[in-house]
Amino acid sequence: MSDRINEKKFTCIMCPLGCEVTVKSNESGQITEVLGNQCVKGEKYARDEYSHPLRVLTSTVAIEGAQFARLPVRTSGLIPKDRIFDSMKEIRKIKAKAPIKLGAKLIENILGLNVDMVATRDL
Amino acid sequence: MKKISTDIIIIGAGPGGMAAALKAGEAGVKKILLVDRLPEPGGILQQCIHNGFGLHKFKKDLTGPEYADTYIKKIKNSNIEVLLQTMAIEITKDNKVILANGSDGLIEVSSKAIVLAMGCRERTRQQVSIPGTRPSGIFTAGVAQRFVNIEGFMPGKEVVVVGSGDIGMIMARRMTLEGARVHAVTELLPYPGGLTRNIVQCLNDFNIPLHLNHNVIKIYGKDRVTGVKIAKINNKGEPTDETFEISCDTLLFSVGLIPENELSRMVPLEINPITGGPFIDDTYQTKRPGVFICGNAAFVNDLADYVSCEGEIAGEAAANYVNGSLNTVTKVSVVAGENIRFVAPNFITRTDHVTLYARVTQQMRDVTVSSSGGIINIKKQIIKPSEMIEMELDSEKLKKIKELKELVIDVRPNK
Repeated sequence: MSDRINEKKFTCIMCPLGCEVTVKSNESGQITEVLGNQCVKGEKYARDEYSHPLRVLTSTVAIEGAQFARLPVRTSGLIPKDRIFDSMKEIRKIKAKAPIKLGAKLIENILGLNVDMVATRDL
Repeated sequence: MKKISTDIIIIGAGPGGMAAALKAGEAGVKKILLVDRLPEPGGILQQCIHNGFGLHKFKKDLTGPEYADTYIKKIKNSNIEVLLQTMAIEITKDNKVILANGSDGLIEVSSKAIVLAMGCRERTRQQVSIPGTRPSGIFTAGVAQRFVNIEGFMPGKEVVVVGSGDIGMIMARRMTLEGARVHAVTELLPYPGGLTRNIVQCLNDFNIPLHLNHNVIKIYGKDRVTGVKIAKINNKGEPTDETFEISCDTLLFSVGLIPENELSRMVPLEINPITGGPFIDDTYQTKRPGVFICGNAAFVNDLADYVSCEGEIAGEAAANYVNGSLNTVTKVSVVAGENIRFVAPNFITRTDHVTLYARVTQQMRDVTVSSSGGIINIKKQIIKPSEMIEMELDSEKLKKIKELKELVIDVRPNK
């Protein structure tokens, strides 16, 4: 039991090669081997994707008094992949009021993730 | 009819048209008119709220609206005249552009040069001939994108995406984030139509299955889509008996883009049947002197960044045309050789610097991109139809090319 090995596969997006990288880990979740990458970037990518995958989240919020119904927004930095849906719930709660400037903070420090939801255009 | 005159008219204020207008202004042209049918500049960038723009051009990861904003602010601070909610409806045989809008009616524009930057349109269900009923709930991915991101409507809840173009995959993620269930993305070909990063971050991240070598062969539903039949495709591209059905209320089509060239045909410009755009030289001038074209109206690009680069070249060349310094006399044809679907631009005239773009016919590993006279020789570990090959030609290479009759570009397997 103690030497049971888990495998997870990732497609590397660091370059057009798109290597299929396999991350092997032991029972406690520690990485034991990274296979299939052709460069160091691929290994780092797969390790990061395995242990703490991060994404930029882009979406829209409702806006009042503007030319259009929705205001596009983004996270000012990366957030953990598994917090995307929680963040969407927060985004759905708010309503912006025109005029809004690009870069305006609509939610400060969303879910305590140390990034803000900011407007990506003037509206 | 109202009559106006200008030095350069640019049709379309997307990433190509805006870049062309700014560059023409920088080159010293006084009167520039930028026309768009939408109520604001930016073109399709405004609905592309996802990030990934500007990585090539600005080394920054911007969203579509942020990318557009960098150009819009510069245009606002320039002398460029912007005419919005205005449609260019005709180009006459003597290069006059006829515009139409709600406040002026028809406007006849006499311009010393014309830059066409109309972009492209999405192929529709009709253009890929899928049998079945004709219910509501069928959209192109881009239309759904506009509904969700700008108008604030959800086109449906249970979704199948037909075709694996980038916007199809991006909309699969977008619809999922907004609470829809995306059951599948189908792709007729053995490889995806879009970028790998979109497969990973739009499909894999949300466990959306991508069915390669599969196509929707029937659409069910009377008033609204109720489902689709999907068939495995054999190596001749024909549907097989291996089929399955999915219940859904919405279909999004992401099955390719077609350059928008109704105006170009009026000039008239001969359209390259492979790209769907007119033949152009490396200043992005068409075969009609003084008429330039850039971006997705000329040929469909992978990135908005490329479109802006082409817009800058076209804008500068149009400026040179206006002040009489554009020299495009010596022409060397660029020809698509082995494994290449198209190369653009079609003619080399410049002596300073040229970027050629090529799209390959199939995915290949371990290849060399080469040309006549051994002038181009680039080894690639992988090439894909979804990612254009960029080839930079400096003055030294261009000097050698000028001695050739034509420059044939080939992609061949190594060894």
